[in-house]
Amino acid sequence: MTKPNERKLTIARAMAEATAQEMRIDPSVFVMGEDIGPLGGVYGNTRGLIEEFGAERIRDTPISETAFIGAAVGAAQDGMRPVVELMFVDFFGVCFDAIYNLMAKNIYFSGGNVKVPMVLMTSTGGGYSDGGQHSQCLYGTFAHLPGMKVVAPSNAYDAKGLMTAAMRDDSPVVYMYHKGLQGMGWLGTEAGATVHVPEEPYTLEIGKAKVVREGKDVSIVSCGMGVHNALKAAKKLEAQGVSAEVVDLVSLVPLDRETIRASVAKTGRLIVVDEDYMSYGLSGEIIASVTEHDISALKAAPKRVAFPDVPIPFARVMEQFCLPNPDKIVAAWDQMQAA
Amino acid sequence: MSPTREEQHWMYRNMVTSRRFEEAIAKIYFEGKSPAFNMANGPIPGEMHLSDGQEPVAVGVCAHLTPEDVVTATHRPHHQAIAKGVDLDKMAAEIFGKKTGLSGGRGGHMHLFDDDVNFACSGIIAQGMGPAVGAALSRKMQGKPGVAVAFVGEGAVNQGGWHEAMNLAAVWNLPFICVVEDNGWGISVSKETASSIGSHADRAAAYGIPGKRIEGNDPYAIFEAAGEAIARARAGEGPSLLECETYRLAGHFMGDAEAYRPEGEKDALFEKDPIPKMRERLLADGAASEAELNAIEEDSAARVDAAITFARESDDAAPEDALTAVFAA
Repeated sequence: MTKPNERKLTIARAMAEATAQEMRIDPSVFVMGEDIGPLGGVYGNTRGLIEEFGAERIRDTPISETAFIGAAVGAAQDGMRPVVELMFVDFFGVCFDAIYNLMAKNIYFSGGNVKVPMVLMTSTGGGYSDGGQHSQCLYGTFAHLPGMKVVAPSNAYDAKGLMTAAMRDDSPVVYMYHKGLQGMGWLGTEAGATVHVPEEPYTLEIGKAKVVREGKDVSIVSCGMGVHNALKAAKKLEAQGVSAEVVDLVSLVPLDRETIRASVAKTGRLIVVDEDYMSYGLSGEIIASVTEHDISALKAAPKRVAFPDVPIPFARVMEQFCLPNPDKIVAAWDQMQAA
Repeated sequence: MSPTREEQHWMYRNMVTSRRFEEAIAKIYFEGKSPAFNMANGPIPGEMHLSDGQEPVAVGVCAHLTPEDVVTATHRPHHQAIAKGVDLDKMAAEIFGKKTGLSGGRGGHMHLFDDDVNFACSGIIAQGMGPAVGAALSRKMQGKPGVAVAFVGEGAVNQGGWHEAMNLAAVWNLPFICVVEDNGWGISVSKETASSIGSHADRAAAYGIPGKRIEGNDPYAIFEAAGEAIARARAGEGPSLLECETYRLAGHFMGDAEAYRPEGEKDALFEKDPIPKMRERLLADGAASEAELNAIEEDSAARVDAAITFARESDDAAPEDALTAVFAA
């Protein structure tokens, strides 16, 4: 239910609003990417911008991710604040050098003498049968490599605050938005992502997680779409008399280990939900962050609900079989009790 | 457009400084690396790519640049850095991994960054192209003066990223110049083996921009062609592509046995060493006296000695500083 002073926005609109507001006050901000002009972005997050700011600052690019992401690095080092879009995160394979060898390393290679204030927006996530080159999350791939901040909003309020914070950051920020949360009707949308968003500009601190539901029996930690799965699982668990706490990471780099540890210290149990691949990734990192700190905080072995280590399959039943969902999270709780 | 007397002296001075610098680095590089060659040892560890012989390209282009112009360089960046005016003391210290280096030892010789003169490097082939195109875009969007030059080797022209960046610079009509240093070799693979055409300047036609090949490793001819391309960029007329024939008098890296070179090739190249050639021409043209050239050479040697001394005497990088400057302060 919408209160009189509430204004619900999709993540797509929240991102576009944040960008427009920043562009009005900072002439160094501009947007580059494929289909971000008249089309407004395949996922709607630049809709309306070209009408207000024109084609000079809202630049449709050729299909040349290496060139335009590399160009963003050069423009950022030269005093601009580019916002660039990698349409699907899966496309990183054609341009990763510009991302991890240039964008992520030039501050370090200069000993901090140059700044690289740029935002790399990219869409993540599957669940709509787009096959194995258009459905990945790759959180771990990006978060693993030093020199990039990484954020992954789960709702429109966070999306706007993170977008503004990212544009004002002097370091590169990878902004990973989930297609299933974006509010594009044709993709199907998680309703919980469309929330009240204040009109005035505001920032969210990058590197700060949020406890989005308080609980005392188990901590369910996730980001993006996983947060919604966790919240639904928490409701199911509540019906069984189990009190689940849900932690929304919001940022993957820097990772807010304190908030995770504090939650697990309280509940004594940890389930990590990750739509990215299981091995060598986010779920392992979060569990290690808890266990290497204080293993006595745990009353049970931690569990993870993540995408199995297979390419993302096309067939609906196969993909849904692999994806995390609330029932799998409840099952993880049940296994924890049985152990 | 011919270089003025002053410009000729500047070019010769920078060529000599660059060569003396490389000679000094080459000598020190082997300290601690014999009898067994281990790249990790000595005061200058790691790979070392020297630019001996390629000086004409750097000076012929950079003679037209000011500190506000942007240059991106390669894994073989010393001559370009010197010609662009990168602080030689800090550059030497960086190559030694010292606290006083350009990045305090975080980068090393393939990652020289000097924000004061808008100089940056990438050690990955062709990957300086995007940032230079982006800097050119930044200048155009801000209405600020300045052009951007990406130096690449002839091997880089076969990288996909090179073509992407050329197209972007052309479609956006940016003040950008790509300068290809054609030294004939991509490590051990010859240009003939790697490239489908002889002159990479012909590739400019694919982007609808001017392209020119300059033969002979001739600083005067490079100066002239670069002057036209840079003037064009400054006038808002868009990007250009230059390919300059040059000679790699050193190996790909120090320690390279160069068995892949045809017999006699290197001897022939040394016969065409551009530094004695320019000296002769300066004298023949009456553009410099013997005394002036001697003074330039002595100054250059002293400048290099001072930089090397600064580097040697500087404190080592503090190990724990490795953990800082990952993000902007």
